[in-house]
Amino acid sequence: MDVLCASVAGTLESSDAQVSIEPGNGKLDLTIESSVLNQFGKQIRATVLETLDRLDVTNAKVTVIDKGALSCTLKARVEGAVFRASGYTEDDIAAGKKLPWGGAIR
Amino acid sequence: MINAVGRDIPEKVLQDLNMKPFAGTYARNGEEYRKAAPKVRAWMDPKESKMLDSIAEAVKKCGIKDGMTVSFHHHFREGDYIVNMVMEEIHKLGVKDLTICASSLGKAHNPIVPMIEDGTITNIQSSGVRGQIGEAISTGKLKGYAIMRSHGGRVRAIESGDVHIDVAFIGAPTCDCYGNMRAVGGKSDCGVLSYAYVDAQYADKVVAITDTLVPYPNIPASISQVNVDYVVVVDEIGNPAKIATGAAKPTTDVRKLMQAEYCTQFVINTPYFKDGFSYQTGVGGASIASTISLGKIMKERGIKMGLGLGGIAGPMCELLEEGLIDKIVDTQDFDLKAIESISKNPNHIEITGSEYANPMNKGAYVNQLDFVILASLEVDTHFNCNVVVDSNGMVTGAQGGHPDTAAGAKCTIVIVPLLQGRTPAICTDVTTVTTPGETVDVVITDYGVAVNPARPDLLECAKAAKLPVKTIEELRDMAYAITGEPEKIKFGDRVVGVIEARDGTIIDVVHQIKDYEWD
Amino acid sequence: MINNPNLTRLRRSMMFLNAQKPGLIKDPFIYKPDSIMLDLEDAVAENQKDAARYSLYHALKEINYHGVERVVRINGLETAHWKEDIRVCVAGRCDSIRISKCESAADVIAVEEEMKKAEAEFGVEHGEILIMAALESTKGVLNALEICQASPLLFGIALSGGDYTKDLQTVISGTGVEFAWARGQMINAARCAGKQCFDTVFTNLDDMEGFRKETEMIKMMGFDGKSIVNPRQIAVCHEVFTPTQKQIIQAEKIVKEVDEKKAMGIGVFTVDGKMIDIAFYPGAKRTIELAKAAGVYEGDL
Repeated sequence: MDVLCASVAGTLESSDAQVSIEPGNGKLDLTIESSVLNQFGKQIRATVLETLDRLDVTNAKVTVIDKGALSCTLKARVEGAVFRASGYTEDDIAAGKKLPWGGAIR
Repeated sequence: MINAVGRDIPEKVLQDLNMKPFAGTYARNGEEYRKAAPKVRAWMDPKESKMLDSIAEAVKKCGIKDGMTVSFHHHFREGDYIVNMVMEEIHKLGVKDLTICASSLGKAHNPIVPMIEDGTITNIQSSGVRGQIGEAISTGKLKGYAIMRSHGGRVRAIESGDVHIDVAFIGAPTCDCYGNMRAVGGKSDCGVLSYAYVDAQYADKVVAITDTLVPYPNIPASISQVNVDYVVVVDEIGNPAKIATGAAKPTTDVRKLMQAEYCTQFVINTPYFKDGFSYQTGVGGASIASTISLGKIMKERGIKMGLGLGGIAGPMCELLEEGLIDKIVDTQDFDLKAIESISKNPNHIEITGSEYANPMNKGAYVNQLDFVILASLEVDTHFNCNVVVDSNGMVTGAQGGHPDTAAGAKCTIVIVPLLQGRTPAICTDVTTVTTPGETVDVVITDYGVAVNPARPDLLECAKAAKLPVKTIEELRDMAYAITGEPEKIKFGDRVVGVIEARDGTIIDVVHQIKDYEWD
Repeated sequence: MINNPNLTRLRRSMMFLNAQKPGLIKDPFIYKPDSIMLDLEDAVAENQKDAARYSLYHALKEINYHGVERVVRINGLETAHWKEDIRVCVAGRCDSIRISKCESAADVIAVEEEMKKAEAEFGVEHGEILIMAALESTKGVLNALEICQASPLLFGIALSGGDYTKDLQTVISGTGVEFAWARGQMINAARCAGKQCFDTVFTNLDDMEGFRKETEMIKMMGFDGKSIVNPRQIAVCHEVFTPTQKQIIQAEKIVKEVDEKKAMGIGVFTVDGKMIDIAFYPGAKRTIELAKAAGVYEGDL
């Protein structure tokens, strides 16, 4: 998917993660900050990269500020940010743009 | 060298500190030794005054010089002004390589971090540290070792001469001109001075610092004039609002209430729950809630507690007032209610740190405990607890009486939520061992209760109480199933601190943290 | 005919949770509610409706709720959100969908139609996911019976008191008088149609005595359970809705005696000095079933 604009999903509350995304300069640029980096850094990165890969995001600047989110939350926040940045606002969805549940969202 | 809890203690550390690896909780039982003694300067001339004008003068009079050890107590908790005031004066003299031997240090003492950085302070011995001092230790700013000791272990170390205190600075809520210190009364009332008693007995020089000078004699004294060299009066020794808080509202957090209920149900289903039982608990939400629910059952069944021990908060004092406890034997007061209680109730009694928990005197109070209710940052599948180093490897807590009471009590209960955010509290191996698993009997989480396989008797009690019994491995697996299995933290090579077991051996070491490596 | 055991499962406590709050949806099962209601509607801010769905989808797919029923409250049919809400519910295979602001049988049918489309799209068997309807208006309450009869997927109806009192032009008084007719009408309609019926939330968390009294009252009226807003309310709710040991023993005696006496051709007999006939049988059976479902039955029936 193409990242058309900057967007954010998630919060900085405990157990959540805030994912920001903006159009890239030809590549995927990922920054991760986490309160549990020493214990889960690699798992967080793997979750985020797999999610971006499923959504076919290859050209974007992605920043994750993690506050101890479980992987299901990380995925949801990455998806939230990506779909928002790719023209799937709630209006687009209401107008009939369907989300790929069980497909790219997995 | 691998010690009795399976931790590798580097030879260099053992040599540098002249210490032995931990060999088991009761390995030194029965050992004989001769106690250390302070150098005393005789005060024969009645015309001589102990009163000094300022801390600066006291620091000079005591002859503080490079390499000395100075000590402090932590009864003023996060409201303490003494450590910073004294260290500021010492710093002005340009003295280097000091060892701070404190009963504990907290965030209130962040201002001494620059003195760690500039080499004024090169060694720290404490129950634990929080805040920026912890960061300074973990990031390798302290040149020597941080030694973390339990409350009982500290007394042992001082009495046995493992550490010799050159000058003790003792903040006293009230004091007279000849050095009789009391904990009750004054502007910075802290209830007891239990942990400072050993400092007064064993330091070469003892300085009393007060903000409330009272007429002579200030008795019955927690610390007597016979051990005190100088008295200094300052405007404020602490911030009362942070020394003791008002009564905490009982928790409404259902998780904590569930754990409290599991704890109470377990306690009352053990054979130790009978008239005259002894009990110690903490000040966390679940501990307080379990004290309250236990009190109700004691009343229903007409069972009284013979001894309530240790750090005290309001709910225990309420049980004392209701006649449900015979004696509260106190080493620290956590709230205004506890301070009020000890000043008024003759059955609420101050004891010294040695009486409380010293493992190598002729028998401490902790040895007579039936139950102790503890918390922990982590518990592992060997039931080892970690209360000093967080799951990211940073020094951020204190041993307190954790290992002492666990070793003493017939039934040691640890209450811990299974998850703290994504961090599993039940894990395969704790980051750092502070309390050996052989002394931990029951672990209560919001997901279930695990009993140490060494205690099949208590397992039956847990089943009789109809608790959701799990093995410790099952609890860990439930946690990991939710969070994923955490990576083992990679530390730097340098050892920055040691966790001293209460008998003076090394139970674990703390390594310098390093930046996270992605690959 | 729908053959889904969830149609009649035990639902003493149905706890609302904001589907968008990771800390809340992570492990609510430890409080042991009978059902959780993951909320996409009122708890979720208008600009977070999309984010809540991603969060919901992964929660449904990846979090083990240990047998607690996973109901999803979708946005009202007057909104732009409800159709996509249904898609995510079906794709994530929740247990039940709660229709908010349901006013008529047509609303239920509209939801069922959307569900059918989504079931075909995601390969979910029709009947696997059930429906409940929240009645939040005077019209909805008046139409309670037709709503109950609208679909075989619908297992029950719930009163939603906040909006309903606004529609009535009154407020929640604490006496229950404003809900008297709605509660009576709804339980009557639900029982008439063979469905379950659930009461509205009680929002004053500090008034546990008030909560207990209200729960006792609605239980006496015939309700199956209550919507709750905080885990603090679960224990009391379950206490009220779970038969006491005395009631269980009494019911056990009745069931056993009726079975035995029926075989002997006796119609009326006494249990503990009380006249008992076959009319007591269904009630006693229900008590045993309730005790079993609540995990407190230790007998052999």
